[in-house]
Amino acid sequence: MSFLEIRNVTKKFGSLVAVSGVSVTVAPGELRAVIGPNGAGKTTFFNMISGFFPPTSGDILLNGEFITRLPVPDRVARGMARTFQITEIFPELSVRENVRIAVEVAEGMSRHFWCGAAARARVDARVNEIVTQSELMPQAGRLVGELSHGDQRAAEIAMALSLKPKLLLLDEPTAGMGEQETHQVAGLIRRLHRNSGYTIMLVEHDMRVVFNLADRITVLDQGRMLADGTPAEIAANATVQAAYLGNAE
Amino acid sequence: MSGALARERPTTAIVIFALLLTAPFWLPYVGGYDALATRVLVFGLAAMGFNMLLGFTGVMSFGHAAYFGLGAYGAGLMLRYVTSSTMLAVVSGTLLGGLAGSLFGTLIVRRRGVYFAMVTIAFGQICYYIAYSWNSFTGGFDGLRGFSRQPIDLGFTSIDIQGNGTAFYYFVLLIFALAAAAMGLILRSPFGRTLLAIRENERRARFLGIPIERHIWMSFSISCFFTALAGALYALLNNFADPLGLHYTLSGEIVIMTVMGGMRAFWGPLIGAAVFVVLEDTISSMTVNWMSFVGIIFILVVLFFPRGLLGMLKRRDAA
Ligand SMILES: Nc1ncnc2c1ncn2[C@@H]1O[C@H](COP(=O)(O)OP(=O)(O)OP(=O)(O)O)[C@@H](O)[C@H]1O
Ligand SMILES: [Mg+2]
Repeated sequence: MSFLEIRNVTKKFGSLVAVSGVSVTVAPGELRAVIGPNGAGKTTFFNMISGFFPPTSGDILLNGEFITRLPVPDRVARGMARTFQITEIFPELSVRENVRIAVEVAEGMSRHFWCGAAARARVDARVNEIVTQSELMPQAGRLVGELSHGDQRAAEIAMALSLKPKLLLLDEPTAGMGEQETHQVAGLIRRLHRNSGYTIMLVEHDMRVVFNLADRITVLDQGRMLADGTPAEIAANATVQAAYLGNAE
Repeated sequence: MSGALARERPTTAIVIFALLLTAPFWLPYVGGYDALATRVLVFGLAAMGFNMLLGFTGVMSFGHAAYFGLGAYGAGLMLRYVTSSTMLAVVSGTLLGGLAGSLFGTLIVRRRGVYFAMVTIAFGQICYYIAYSWNSFTGGFDGLRGFSRQPIDLGFTSIDIQGNGTAFYYFVLLIFALAAAAMGLILRSPFGRTLLAIRENERRARFLGIPIERHIWMSFSISCFFTALAGALYALLNNFADPLGLHYTLSGEIVIMTVMGGMRAFWGPLIGAAVFVVLEDTISSMTVNWMSFVGIIFILVVLFFPRGLLGMLKRRDAA
């Protein structure tokens, strides 16, 4: 059975075709990597899945339900969470407050004008759990905007996890990171996938990360899908070799 | 504990209320008087209401005078034509301004930034024009007169807030304190935190599943209600509702008070209003160009203390 099904989606910006007739099927619990050179349409592809904008044509199904034009809050309610290529956080709030906001939304409290003692205790416990899990406890009281790039990333992922998502969309989670930080984030993603069973789709430029983590890989190039298969298949694919992997860094 | 307001230490609130509660006793020694202190409370409330939107949701309105003015006319018209109950007049003015803001808000929440600010100005000017032109009902350019605040009837006794300026000051202070408490509770609630989220990063907030437009609309509406309440109290203070209370120059003054006092600080707008009102009172008796002095001070504050006067004080004792 497929968890996420993308049928023949196309996105045009004026005369530019950013994504062209791509179809991808993701199984529950799968870790899918999307790779491709700059401008291939990877982020555009993610934006359509997460509801940033609708596709020009084609359909997206989550758990068999058409979600092609569903507003973002409804997608989140169905278990979708994402992070961004350029980290998006609440810089002038503390790590704890960042996570708390996400937890309260997940608890359905975002329009509550009052938080009773029981609810507060429940939220506090969940916030602590997530902050601990993300290994951010030492920085919990600090403003997120003051943290290192890697810790900001971890905070953003922690917020996405607070939503108890079934599908996690990560756009270049290790972008701009050094060796150490890349290793740290890759480890976190591995644990989320292997131990906690999340279905994950990620865009990634670091090929070691991709080939270590992914169950399957989708290759995009100039908006088109070049290949789709297991890491071994992709590594052996001549077209991909020629178009992309051959001249990757 | 939690919420950005937790960094707001309770000492600030304690000092402010100690000063406000004792104001009628010490003001005469520094050349102040009850009506001046009441003006500070009224504009402080208007600016704090406005700051729910600007400082805590990150959305700019240049038309908050509209709701202030509607609050004033609502209260004045009730006292003039309908009731002798001061409380009913206050409630009516608040509802008039607040509901007008909520309705108008539904039309504009999809606008952002400059576009949002522009349409808020336009709405304010429409209200101004109506009040200005509808001579028979609103008093037109001369404003609405012929009403006065009535004693508050508590059943067992009644409080004379008309003849006794000090009693009226405490009446306004009580309402101010209740309104400030309500705003504080809203900002510390889960809903209030979603507003901070929108201010901090709208994109992130949206993809956490917060329906941005609806929350901005709620913040806008709440903000209009508080500003309208201030307007209603202003009509009582002057026994007069002025079409200039709807004019965009007042909207600009509300922005100035808020930014000068510190829009990231809960009490900042009150401090800004105090500085503004006192400057107006002292300098306007010396020169008609008092606004240029306020302008210079405003520019200096923005240049040297971008977090406003209260923000600066906090920074200093944190260091
Ligand atoms: N909102 C937009 N409006 C117009 N053009 C866009 C928009 N978003 C993306 N594009 C264009 O679509 C193409 C694909 O961009 P996209 O960001 O999806 O690529 P990408 O694969 O994520 O690249 P990178 O590896 O650099 O992140 C590019 O040519 C880009 O300029
Ligand atoms: Mg991209």
